[in-house]
Amino acid sequence: MISNSLEVFEPATETELAKQLARANADGLAVLPRGGGTKSDWGNPPERADLVLSTRRLDRVLEHAAGDMTVTVEAGCTIAKLQETLAKQGQRLAIDPLWPEQATVGGVLATNDNGSLRHAFGSLRDLIIGVTVALPDGTLARSGGKVVKNVAGYDLPKLMVCALGTLGVITQATFRLHPLPAFSRALLFRAPGIDAANTFILGVATSPLAVTGVEMRASSGTEFAAVGVRIEGSVAAPGAEALDAIASACGTRCLADADPAWGDREYIFSANDSAAACKVSVPQSRIADCCRALDRTCRPAAPDRLAWSLVIEGVGVGWVQVVASDVASLAANLPSLRRELAEIGGSLGVLRGPPELKGQVDSWGDVGDALPLMRRLKEQFDPSRTLNPGRFVGGI
Amino acid sequence: MVTEPEQLRTYECDGLTNFRVVPAAVVLPSDAKQVQEIVRLCDRDNVPFVARGSGTGLSGGALPVEGGVVISLARLTRILEVDIPNARVVVEPGVINSNVTAAVAPYGYFYAPDPSSQSVCTIGGNVAENSGGAHCLKYGFTTTHVLGLEVVLPDGSLVHLGGRTLDTPGYDLCGVVVGSEGTLGIATKVILHITRRPEVIETLLAAFNSIDDTGAAVSAIIAAGIVPAAAEIMDRLSMKATFAAVKHNYPDCEGLLLVELDGPREEVDELVRQVRDLCTKCGAFEIRVAKTEAERLAVWKGRKAAFASMGRISPNYIVQDGVIPRTKLPQVLREISRMSAEAGLRVANVFHAGDGNLHPLVLYDRRIAGQEHRAEELAAAILKLCVRAGGSITGEHGVGVEKRDFMCEMFSEPDLDTMRRVRIAFDPKGLSNPMKLFPRPRLCAERQGPYVPHPLETAGVAEFF
Repeated sequence: MISNSLEVFEPATETELAKQLARANADGLAVLPRGGGTKSDWGNPPERADLVLSTRRLDRVLEHAAGDMTVTVEAGCTIAKLQETLAKQGQRLAIDPLWPEQATVGGVLATNDNGSLRHAFGSLRDLIIGVTVALPDGTLARSGGKVVKNVAGYDLPKLMVCALGTLGVITQATFRLHPLPAFSRALLFRAPGIDAANTFILGVATSPLAVTGVEMRASSGTEFAAVGVRIEGSVAAPGAEALDAIASACGTRCLADADPAWGDREYIFSANDSAAACKVSVPQSRIADCCRALDRTCRPAAPDRLAWSLVIEGVGVGWVQVVASDVASLAANLPSLRRELAEIGGSLGVLRGPPELKGQVDSWGDVGDALPLMRRLKEQFDPSRTLNPGRFVGGI
Repeated sequence: MVTEPEQLRTYECDGLTNFRVVPAAVVLPSDAKQVQEIVRLCDRDNVPFVARGSGTGLSGGALPVEGGVVISLARLTRILEVDIPNARVVVEPGVINSNVTAAVAPYGYFYAPDPSSQSVCTIGGNVAENSGGAHCLKYGFTTTHVLGLEVVLPDGSLVHLGGRTLDTPGYDLCGVVVGSEGTLGIATKVILHITRRPEVIETLLAAFNSIDDTGAAVSAIIAAGIVPAAAEIMDRLSMKATFAAVKHNYPDCEGLLLVELDGPREEVDELVRQVRDLCTKCGAFEIRVAKTEAERLAVWKGRKAAFASMGRISPNYIVQDGVIPRTKLPQVLREISRMSAEAGLRVANVFHAGDGNLHPLVLYDRRIAGQEHRAEELAAAILKLCVRAGGSITGEHGVGVEKRDFMCEMFSEPDLDTMRRVRIAFDPKGLSNPMKLFPRPRLCAERQGPYVPHPLETAGVAEFF
């Protein structure tokens, strides 16, 4: 990673962070904002990189208003530390992102990393209610607020979610919270094939059960698919039998209560010189088609065979690892996978991959007719292209 | 196109009737292409334009601009697509809110945002204002349910933001346009998320001897980790007004709490028990549960008629829309009642208590000299009270023309400047719904408040700017 050899600034306050950012901007330096550093390589490699601006020391939970079910937290606080603080009052931020021990609030927001709880609680864009960002010119701008309902001014908190640190550096955020469930149970199902699994997922999504997570795993070379379903509530034993009924209607059967590792998707990102970890998003009714697209693009002629492994949420957002014999084969096949997914209304983003691959394949692909508008927005917030230059869509 | 002065008057205001401007012209396009052509002409000749749905907004968001054009979306009323397996509906902006639910109800779905005006207001207007409603406590606001937009930008170009699937790559511009009050462009197509109807819905009415206790019950319910589908409060005065209008049979009390719980049967039964207990502990002397769907709807009819029925007890009123942290309900309600007594004006309270969104209705009589002015002052004081309590000047009605100068109460100049950057990226000429949302510069400069040094100043990078 480029950032390993760079000078790292670790400001202790958001004002100091804004000053350091402003100085770098005035000096024409390129700045890479960093939280826990777990996803620093996601997206395109930066065109230029002069220093890392770390939020590591901005790690305080500023205000947990338990009675109001909101929290204001600094960007460098890890997800694990935040959840631990909230749990003391029986609450949580309803996300389950990757690497919670290292990943920070700011990083998770910038990369829009949610997890399986999204099924019931929406994503970060629905949970964030206020944000403070440092802009390259040194402005510290607040937007949103600390109350759960608020339409005063533009919704800039949403703009900061998934902007990959290209508009400003998030210094703190306020979220709405949810109670920790009194009861939680995860069950693991085995579907005879991807179509049965997709039918099961749609059945679960339309059932009246208090489902808070549905996650499917499938991979090349196996016929069956595993589907985990988590039910939560304030009363014991909610509706496991009803799930069985939905399952058996599509030839799927319950294996067991899922082990604690259920929900793990870190393995998709395991290091490999000729593998790419990608994010996919498809309509939930086309999850089986997504698997077929993977099969088609990954299994051309025998010598060039690629393996894939997919973890996908019932809402249609997933992560796939594609393993090839070499980078050239990845570079040749990922664009066709992207095209196939676009045909079913979906998208593909390359998150992690070997540098040679990133040099050949744009991480985000075509984002459509709104790209000029996105560029104008970048121009307004960061005219010198100080922040993460080139990492985002269309070379932003 | 409408240019007859008499006909133009129809469009001179929206639901906020104390601001009126007759536009130069009103156009009624019938598709996105025509909207695009009109906006292109406006851009060419630098004519400001204001998009309009049903004109039910309560902050003057659809107030015309003098010499400007009103673009009515009332003819773009098609529901273009219903995709049940993916819980998506694609509509044109002129579709009436409740028609979305009507279209998907046969499949067991509903469209969650339910502003009280839902039988007449349009999806386009909802998108502009990020409309809420009683059930957004659990289900979220318009922005939660809008996944994609087709937008005519102020230069006449057409862009597609977000999409049918989640997390489309790029900035979340769909999230920025929702709630931007028509200042960033005109939505011509909206992709909505619809919600599965819950297995069970239970509606409780709890009667209290004081509005304080009623507020405390809401705080207790939220603090207990219960997320009701809705939690609404009405005080005696607002019940009196709605009784005159719809003859509800609410219990005779000072404060009425309406709680709706939904979800799986076992879950809801348990929550109803917990909410009953909490209400009793907070002093409820009567608790009723609606036994039939008809009873449930009757309960809601009284609540949803609240604003419209104020005319029964007062010739004029101002409705405010401030939000406060939910734990501050009792304290803020006490303060409002004190301020109301001091001003010698009645204030009716009816609000979305579960998310702390107050709707104080300041009642007055325009014919009595000085009353209107005092009412405006009281309404302004209430908004400032909300901000001081850590809240917001608007929870769902929008800033519009009405509250633009209050933006300085909530945000500093650097905050507002950052929002202006977004405006400039979308609308460099400032033609799309000008004079809304942002404070008038003159008034903000006059603001007596703490000076916030720009970090560049403290960094020594720049002097004063």
